[in-house]
Amino acid sequence: MRRIALAALIAFAGLILYGVSHLPARGGADSPPNTRVSAAGTPNAAAYYVENAYKDAATPNMVTVTLADYRSFDTLGETVVIFAAGLACALILRRERR
Amino acid sequence: MREYYHDRIVALSTRLMAPFIQIFALYVIFHGHYSPGGGFQGGALLAASFLLMRLSIGTDAAQLQFRRSWGTPGSSIGTLIFLGIGMFGLLFGAGYLDYAGIPIGLTAPDLRSLGILVVEIGVAVAVAATLTAIYDDLVGDQPEDHHPGLEHDATATEEADQVESPAAASRQDPGATDE
Amino acid sequence: MSEFWSGGYAYTAAAVLVVIGLYAILLKRNLVKKLIGLNILQAAIIITWVAAASRPDATVPVLDTHGNGAGRLPAVAEYLNPLPHTLMLTAIVVGVATTGVALALLISIHRRYGTLDETELLRKMRDAPG
Repeated sequence: MRRIALAALIAFAGLILYGVSHLPARGGADSPPNTRVSAAGTPNAAAYYVENAYKDAATPNMVTVTLADYRSFDTLGETVVIFAAGLACALILRRERR
Repeated sequence: MREYYHDRIVALSTRLMAPFIQIFALYVIFHGHYSPGGGFQGGALLAASFLLMRLSIGTDAAQLQFRRSWGTPGSSIGTLIFLGIGMFGLLFGAGYLDYAGIPIGLTAPDLRSLGILVVEIGVAVAVAATLTAIYDDLVGDQPEDHHPGLEHDATATEEADQVESPAAASRQDPGATDE
Repeated sequence: MSEFWSGGYAYTAAAVLVVIGLYAILLKRNLVKKLIGLNILQAAIIITWVAAASRPDATVPVLDTHGNGAGRLPAVAEYLNPLPHTLMLTAIVVGVATTGVALALLISIHRRYGTLDETELLRKMRDAPG
Protein backbone atom coordinates (compact mmCIF):
# COMPACT_ATOMS: atom_id res chain seq x y z
CA MET A 1 0.00 0.00 0.00
CA ARG A 2 2.80 2.37 0.85
CA ARG A 3 4.66 1.40 -2.31
CA ILE A 4 1.61 2.19 -4.43
CA ALA A 5 1.25 5.53 -2.64
CA LEU A 6 4.92 6.35 -3.19
CA ALA A 7 4.73 5.48 -6.88
CA ALA A 8 1.61 7.59 -7.33
CA LEU A 9 3.26 10.48 -5.49
CA ILE A 10 6.34 10.40 -7.72
CA ALA A 11 4.17 10.28 -10.83
CA PHE A 12 2.11 13.22 -9.57
CA ALA A 13 5.26 15.16 -8.71
CA GLY A 14 6.58 14.72 -12.22
CA LEU A 15 3.27 15.75 -13.70
CA ILE A 16 2.87 18.88 -11.62
CA LEU A 17 6.42 20.08 -12.16
CA TYR A 18 6.02 19.59 -15.91
CA GLY A 19 2.72 21.46 -15.89
CA VAL A 20 4.01 24.34 -13.78
CA SER A 21 6.90 24.99 -16.11
CA HIS A 22 4.48 25.57 -18.97
CA LEU A 23 2.27 28.13 -17.23
CA PRO A 24 2.23 31.69 -18.64
CA ALA A 25 4.80 33.98 -17.12
CA ARG A 26 3.91 35.23 -13.66
CA GLY A 27 2.62 38.77 -13.80
CA GLY A 28 3.03 39.20 -17.51
CA ALA A 29 0.62 41.46 -19.33
CA ASP A 30 -0.84 38.53 -21.22
CA SER A 31 -1.52 36.24 -18.23
CA PRO A 32 -5.24 35.64 -17.72
CA PRO A 33 -5.68 37.53 -14.41
CA ASN A 34 -4.25 40.68 -15.94
CA THR A 35 -6.24 41.01 -19.14
CA ARG A 36 -9.13 43.43 -19.57
CA VAL A 37 -11.32 40.95 -21.40
CA SER A 38 -11.22 37.30 -20.47
CA ALA A 39 -10.71 34.51 -22.95
CA ALA A 40 -14.45 33.92 -23.22
CA GLY A 41 -15.18 37.51 -24.24
CA THR A 42 -16.59 38.69 -20.90
CA PRO A 43 -15.07 41.74 -19.16
CA ASN A 44 -12.55 40.98 -16.47
CA ALA A 45 -13.91 41.52 -12.96
CA ALA A 46 -10.63 42.66 -11.41
CA ALA A 47 -10.22 45.55 -13.86
CA TYR A 48 -13.73 46.77 -13.04
CA TYR A 49 -13.07 46.54 -9.31
CA VAL A 50 -9.82 48.51 -9.52
CA GLU A 51 -11.40 51.30 -11.56
CA ASN A 52 -14.67 51.66 -9.70
CA ALA A 53 -13.88 50.83 -6.06
CA TYR A 54 -13.28 54.40 -4.87
CA LYS A 55 -16.19 55.76 -6.88
CA ASP A 56 -18.66 53.22 -5.50
CA ALA A 57 -17.65 52.99 -1.87
CA ALA A 58 -15.44 56.02 -0.96
CA THR A 59 -12.79 53.64 0.40
CA PRO A 60 -9.18 53.64 -0.82
CA ASN A 61 -8.53 49.98 -0.01
CA MET A 62 -9.73 48.01 -3.01
CA VAL A 63 -9.33 44.63 -1.32
CA THR A 64 -11.71 45.60 1.49
CA VAL A 65 -14.25 46.97 -0.96
CA THR A 66 -14.10 43.77 -2.98
CA LEU A 67 -14.33 41.66 0.16
CA ALA A 68 -17.19 43.48 1.86
CA ASP A 69 -19.14 45.11 -0.95
CA TYR A 70 -18.71 43.48 -4.34
CA ARG A 71 -18.22 39.97 -2.98
CA SER A 72 -19.97 40.28 0.36
CA PHE A 73 -21.85 37.02 -0.10
CA ASP A 74 -18.55 35.14 -0.04
CA THR A 75 -17.60 36.90 3.18
CA LEU A 76 -21.00 36.08 4.65
CA GLY A 77 -20.51 32.42 3.78
CA GLU A 78 -17.07 32.46 5.31
CA THR A 79 -18.30 33.99 8.57
CA VAL A 80 -20.94 31.27 8.77
CA VAL A 81 -18.21 28.65 8.16
CA ILE A 82 -16.14 30.05 11.02
CA PHE A 83 -19.16 30.03 13.29
CA ALA A 84 -19.91 26.43 12.28
CA ALA A 85 -16.31 25.41 12.97
CA GLY A 86 -16.47 26.91 16.47
CA LEU A 87 -19.77 25.17 17.05
CA ALA A 88 -18.38 21.83 15.77
CA CYS A 89 -15.41 22.06 18.14
CA ALA A 90 -17.75 22.76 21.04
CA LEU A 91 -20.02 19.87 20.17
CA ILE A 92 -17.17 17.39 19.72
CA LEU A 93 -15.22 18.25 22.82
CA ARG A 94 -17.49 19.61 25.50
CA ARG A 95 -18.62 17.02 27.96
CA GLU A 96 -21.64 17.33 30.16
CA ARG A 97 -20.82 18.31 33.73
CA ARG A 98 -22.56 15.76 35.88
CA MET B 1 -6.11 37.15 42.04
CA ARG B 2 -5.29 33.50 41.74
CA GLU B 3 -1.60 32.97 41.23
CA TYR B 4 -0.99 29.89 39.18
CA TYR B 5 1.88 31.10 37.03
CA HIS B 6 5.26 29.61 37.44
CA ASP B 7 7.36 32.51 36.25
CA ARG B 8 6.63 36.01 37.47
CA ILE B 9 8.64 37.72 34.74
CA VAL B 10 6.70 36.06 31.94
CA ALA B 11 3.43 36.95 33.60
CA LEU B 12 4.37 40.58 34.11
CA SER B 13 5.68 41.11 30.60
CA THR B 14 2.69 39.51 28.91
CA ARG B 15 0.32 41.49 31.09
CA LEU B 16 2.05 44.63 29.89
CA MET B 17 2.00 43.57 26.23
CA ALA B 18 -1.59 42.42 25.90
CA PRO B 19 -3.29 45.87 25.95
CA PHE B 20 -0.95 47.13 23.23
CA ILE B 21 -1.73 44.11 21.08
CA GLN B 22 -5.41 44.81 21.55
CA ILE B 23 -5.04 48.45 20.60
CA PHE B 24 -3.12 47.43 17.50
CA ALA B 25 -5.87 44.95 16.66
CA LEU B 26 -8.48 47.71 16.90
CA TYR B 27 -6.28 49.91 14.72
CA VAL B 28 -6.06 47.19 12.08
CA ILE B 29 -9.85 46.67 12.14
CA PHE B 30 -10.77 50.32 11.83
CA HIS B 31 -8.08 51.16 9.30
CA GLY B 32 -9.18 48.42 6.94
CA HIS B 33 -10.47 51.23 4.75
CA TYR B 34 -7.18 53.03 4.33
CA SER B 35 -4.42 50.45 4.59
CA PRO B 36 -4.16 46.67 4.37
CA GLY B 37 -6.20 45.24 7.18
CA GLY B 38 -9.83 44.67 7.93
CA GLY B 39 -11.98 42.35 9.94
CA PHE B 40 -10.19 39.02 9.65
CA GLN B 41 -6.72 40.30 10.38
CA GLY B 42 -7.86 42.39 13.35
CA GLY B 43 -9.95 39.54 14.74
CA ALA B 44 -6.98 37.19 14.59
CA LEU B 45 -4.80 39.74 16.43
CA LEU B 46 -7.47 40.16 19.10
CA ALA B 47 -7.64 36.41 19.54
CA ALA B 48 -3.84 36.34 19.76
CA SER B 49 -3.91 38.75 22.71
CA PHE B 50 -6.48 36.61 24.52
CA LEU B 51 -4.49 33.45 23.86
CA LEU B 52 -1.30 35.15 25.06
CA MET B 53 -2.84 35.69 28.46
CA ARG B 54 -4.21 32.16 28.55
CA LEU B 55 -0.82 30.72 27.81
CA SER B 56 1.17 32.86 30.21
CA ILE B 57 -0.92 33.06 33.38
CA GLY B 58 -3.28 30.16 32.92
CA THR B 59 -6.87 29.91 31.76
CA ASP B 60 -8.38 30.48 35.20
CA ALA B 61 -6.57 33.75 35.77
CA ALA B 62 -7.27 34.89 32.21
CA GLN B 63 -11.03 34.67 32.76
CA LEU B 64 -10.83 38.28 33.93
CA GLN B 65 -9.96 39.29 30.39
CA PHE B 66 -12.18 37.10 28.23
CA ARG B 67 -14.38 34.52 29.86
CA ARG B 68 -14.67 30.98 28.61
CA SER B 69 -18.42 31.38 28.35
CA TRP B 70 -18.17 34.33 25.95
CA GLY B 71 -16.72 32.32 23.09
CA THR B 72 -19.77 30.81 21.40
CA PRO B 73 -22.12 33.76 22.06
CA GLY B 74 -19.46 36.10 20.65
CA SER B 75 -19.28 34.24 17.36
CA SER B 76 -23.08 34.18 17.15
CA ILE B 77 -23.23 37.94 17.73
CA GLY B 78 -20.64 38.57 15.02
CA THR B 79 -22.50 36.47 12.46
CA LEU B 80 -25.80 38.11 13.41
CA ILE B 81 -24.29 41.58 12.90
CA PHE B 82 -23.37 40.59 9.36
CA LEU B 83 -26.76 39.07 8.63
CA GLY B 84 -28.57 41.99 10.27
CA ILE B 85 -26.85 44.60 8.12
CA GLY B 86 -27.83 42.62 5.07
CA MET B 87 -31.38 42.49 6.31
CA PHE B 88 -31.44 46.28 6.60
CA GLY B 89 -30.94 46.58 2.87
CA LEU B 90 -33.73 44.12 2.24
CA LEU B 91 -36.18 45.92 4.55
CA PHE B 92 -35.87 49.20 2.66
CA GLY B 93 -36.42 47.92 -0.83
CA ALA B 94 -32.92 47.33 -2.15
CA GLY B 95 -31.20 43.96 -2.49
CA TYR B 96 -29.83 41.87 0.37
CA LEU B 97 -26.48 43.24 1.58
CA ASP B 98 -26.97 46.36 -0.54
CA TYR B 99 -25.82 49.01 1.90
CA ALA B 100 -26.98 51.89 -0.28
CA GLY B 101 -30.65 51.11 0.32
CA ILE B 102 -30.68 52.31 3.94
CA PRO B 103 -32.36 55.74 4.10
CA ILE B 104 -30.15 57.50 6.66
CA GLY B 105 -29.53 60.46 4.41
CA LEU B 106 -25.92 60.03 3.31
CA THR B 107 -24.87 59.62 -0.29
CA ALA B 108 -24.51 56.12 -1.67
CA PRO B 109 -20.67 55.86 -1.52
CA ASP B 110 -20.64 57.03 2.11
CA LEU B 111 -23.40 54.57 2.97
CA ARG B 112 -21.40 51.75 1.44
CA SER B 113 -18.32 52.82 3.38
CA LEU B 114 -20.30 52.77 6.63
CA GLY B 115 -21.79 49.40 5.78
CA ILE B 116 -18.35 47.96 5.08
CA LEU B 117 -17.12 49.22 8.48
CA VAL B 118 -19.99 47.64 10.43
CA VAL B 119 -19.61 44.37 8.56
CA GLU B 120 -15.88 44.26 9.29
CA ILE B 121 -16.52 44.84 13.00
CA GLY B 122 -18.99 41.94 13.00
CA VAL B 123 -16.48 39.70 11.27
CA ALA B 124 -13.72 40.66 13.71
CA VAL B 125 -15.90 39.86 16.74
CA ALA B 126 -16.87 36.50 15.23
CA VAL B 127 -13.29 35.52 14.34
CA ALA B 128 -11.81 36.55 17.71
CA ALA B 129 -14.50 34.76 19.72
CA THR B 130 -14.31 31.61 17.60
CA LEU B 131 -10.53 31.27 17.73
CA THR B 132 -10.55 31.72 21.52
CA ALA B 133 -13.44 29.26 21.86
CA ILE B 134 -11.56 26.67 19.78
CA TYR B 135 -8.52 27.02 22.03
CA ASP B 136 -10.65 26.71 25.17
CA ASP B 137 -12.32 23.58 23.85
CA LEU B 138 -9.07 21.95 22.84
CA VAL B 139 -7.17 22.67 26.06
CA GLY B 140 -9.86 23.52 28.57
CA ASP B 141 -10.21 20.16 30.24
CA GLN B 142 -6.60 19.97 31.27
CA PRO B 143 -6.12 20.76 34.96
CA GLU B 144 -3.82 23.67 35.61
CA ASP B 145 -0.48 22.57 37.05
CA HIS B 146 -0.20 24.39 40.30
CA HIS B 147 3.00 25.84 41.58
CA PRO B 148 3.83 23.67 44.62
CA GLY B 149 4.41 26.58 46.99
CA LEU B 150 1.05 28.26 46.41
CA GLU B 151 -1.48 25.85 47.80
CA HIS B 152 -4.14 28.33 48.83
CA ASP B 153 -6.16 30.30 46.29
CA ALA B 154 -6.22 33.96 47.16
CA THR B 155 -9.03 36.10 45.88
CA ALA B 156 -7.53 39.52 46.52
CA THR B 157 -4.14 40.81 45.49
CA GLU B 158 -3.02 41.71 49.01
CA GLU B 159 -3.98 38.27 50.27
CA ALA B 160 -2.03 36.70 47.44
CA ASP B 161 1.09 38.59 48.39
CA GLN B 162 0.66 37.61 52.02
CA VAL B 163 0.10 33.97 51.17
CA GLU B 164 3.17 33.97 48.93
CA SER B 165 5.67 35.65 51.23
CA PRO B 166 5.61 33.23 54.20
CA ALA B 167 5.85 30.32 51.77
CA ALA B 168 8.68 32.05 49.91
CA ALA B 169 10.43 32.92 53.16
CA SER B 170 10.25 29.34 54.33
CA ARG B 171 11.47 28.11 50.97
CA GLN B 172 14.33 30.54 50.65
CA ASP B 173 16.57 29.21 53.43
CA PRO B 174 17.10 25.72 52.06
CA GLY B 175 16.86 27.13 48.53
CA ALA B 176 19.69 29.63 48.98
CA THR B 177 22.28 26.89 48.91
CA ASP B 178 20.97 25.60 45.56
CA GLU B 179 21.19 28.95 43.76
CA MET C 1 16.19 30.42 -17.85
CA SER C 2 16.46 34.04 -16.76
CA GLU C 3 12.67 34.19 -16.92
CA PHE C 4 12.64 31.48 -14.27
CA TRP C 5 14.73 33.46 -11.82
CA SER C 6 12.99 36.73 -12.54
CA GLY C 7 9.50 35.55 -11.81
CA GLY C 8 8.67 32.03 -12.73
CA TYR C 9 10.22 30.37 -9.68
CA ALA C 10 7.12 31.15 -7.60
CA TYR C 11 4.99 28.54 -9.32
CA THR C 12 7.74 25.93 -9.13
CA ALA C 13 8.27 26.58 -5.42
CA ALA C 14 4.54 26.24 -4.82
CA ALA C 15 4.51 22.98 -6.78
CA VAL C 16 7.34 21.63 -4.62
CA LEU C 17 5.34 22.55 -1.51
CA VAL C 18 2.31 20.74 -2.95
CA VAL C 19 4.40 17.60 -3.39
CA ILE C 20 5.78 17.90 0.16
CA GLY C 21 2.28 18.31 1.56
CA LEU C 22 1.00 15.32 -0.39
CA TYR C 23 3.97 13.27 0.80
CA ALA C 24 3.07 14.05 4.40
CA ILE C 25 -0.60 13.19 3.88
CA LEU C 26 0.03 9.91 2.08
CA LEU C 27 3.12 8.45 3.62
CA LYS C 28 3.30 9.53 7.25
CA ARG C 29 1.66 7.29 9.81
CA ASN C 30 0.96 9.77 12.58
CA LEU C 31 -2.35 11.59 12.24
CA VAL C 32 -0.95 14.91 13.45
CA LYS C 33 1.71 14.80 10.74
CA LYS C 34 -0.98 14.20 8.13
CA LEU C 35 -2.78 17.28 9.41
CA ILE C 36 0.39 19.34 9.10
CA GLY C 37 0.76 18.06 5.52
CA LEU C 38 -2.75 19.32 4.82
CA ASN C 39 -1.74 22.76 6.09
CA ILE C 40 1.39 22.77 3.92
CA LEU C 41 -0.75 21.92 0.88
CA GLN C 42 -3.11 24.78 1.70
CA ALA C 43 -0.21 27.21 2.07
CA ALA C 44 1.13 26.17 -1.34
CA ILE C 45 -2.20 26.84 -3.02
CA ILE C 46 -2.46 30.25 -1.37
CA ILE C 47 1.06 31.15 -2.55
CA THR C 48 0.12 30.15 -6.10
CA TRP C 49 -2.96 32.34 -6.16
CA VAL C 50 -1.26 35.39 -4.64
CA ALA C 51 1.71 35.01 -6.99
CA ALA C 52 -0.65 34.96 -9.96
CA ALA C 53 -2.00 38.35 -8.93
CA SER C 54 1.22 40.22 -9.56
CA ARG C 55 1.81 42.78 -12.27
CA PRO C 56 5.06 44.34 -13.42
CA ASP C 57 5.82 47.63 -11.59
CA ALA C 58 2.51 47.60 -9.75
CA THR C 59 1.84 48.64 -6.18
CA VAL C 60 -0.42 47.44 -3.38
CA PRO C 61 -4.14 47.69 -4.25
CA VAL C 62 -4.75 50.65 -1.93
CA LEU C 63 -5.64 53.86 -3.70
CA ASP C 64 -3.30 56.74 -3.01
CA THR C 65 -5.68 59.61 -2.27
CA HIS C 66 -3.23 62.04 -0.67
CA GLY C 67 0.02 61.52 -2.52
CA ASN C 68 0.86 61.52 -6.18
CA GLY C 69 -2.31 59.80 -7.29
CA ALA C 70 -4.77 62.24 -5.78
CA GLY C 71 -7.60 63.20 -8.06
CA ARG C 72 -6.70 60.75 -10.81
CA LEU C 73 -8.73 57.78 -11.83
CA PRO C 74 -6.92 54.56 -10.90
CA ALA C 75 -5.13 53.01 -13.85
CA VAL C 76 -5.55 49.26 -13.92
CA ALA C 77 -1.91 48.64 -14.81
CA GLU C 78 -0.64 50.48 -11.71
CA TYR C 79 -2.32 48.33 -9.09
CA LEU C 80 -2.09 44.65 -8.31
CA ASN C 81 -5.03 42.46 -9.02
CA PRO C 82 -7.16 42.64 -5.84
CA LEU C 83 -9.38 39.66 -6.52
CA PRO C 84 -6.99 36.78 -5.63
CA HIS C 85 -6.02 38.59 -2.41
CA THR C 86 -9.67 38.77 -1.44
CA LEU C 87 -10.34 35.12 -2.13
CA MET C 88 -7.22 34.00 -0.30
CA LEU C 89 -8.16 35.99 2.81
CA THR C 90 -11.24 33.83 2.98
CA ALA C 91 -9.19 30.70 2.33
CA ILE C 92 -6.69 31.40 5.10
CA VAL C 93 -9.30 31.94 7.78
CA VAL C 94 -11.35 28.94 6.70
CA GLY C 95 -8.16 26.87 6.81
CA VAL C 96 -7.51 27.92 10.40
CA ALA C 97 -11.04 27.00 11.43
CA THR C 98 -10.79 23.64 9.66
CA THR C 99 -7.50 22.91 11.42
CA GLY C 100 -9.22 23.62 14.73
CA VAL C 101 -12.00 21.16 13.97
CA ALA C 102 -9.46 18.57 12.79
CA LEU C 103 -7.53 18.90 16.06
CA ALA C 104 -10.76 18.46 17.99
CA LEU C 105 -11.42 15.26 16.07
CA LEU C 106 -7.88 14.04 16.80
CA ILE C 107 -8.36 14.64 20.51
CA SER C 108 -11.64 12.75 20.36
CA ILE C 109 -9.97 9.83 18.55
CA HIS C 110 -7.20 9.73 21.11
CA ARG C 111 -9.68 9.67 23.94
CA ARG C 112 -11.59 6.83 22.33
CA TYR C 113 -8.78 4.58 21.04
CA GLY C 114 -5.69 5.68 22.94
CA THR C 115 -3.46 5.98 19.89
CA LEU C 116 -2.80 8.36 17.02
CA ASP C 117 -0.88 5.98 14.81
CA GLU C 118 -2.63 5.06 11.59
CA THR C 119 -1.87 1.31 11.44
CA GLU C 120 -2.63 0.72 15.12
CA LEU C 121 -5.81 2.72 14.79
CA LEU C 122 -7.03 0.74 11.81
CA ARG C 123 -6.24 -2.50 13.62
CA LYS C 124 -8.16 -1.41 16.70
CA MET C 125 -11.11 -0.24 14.65
CA ARG C 126 -11.20 -3.54 12.77
CA ASP C 127 -10.90 -5.70 15.88
CA ALA C 128 -13.39 -3.91 18.10
CA PRO C 129 -15.88 -2.07 15.91
CA GLY C 130 -18.20 0.58 17.34
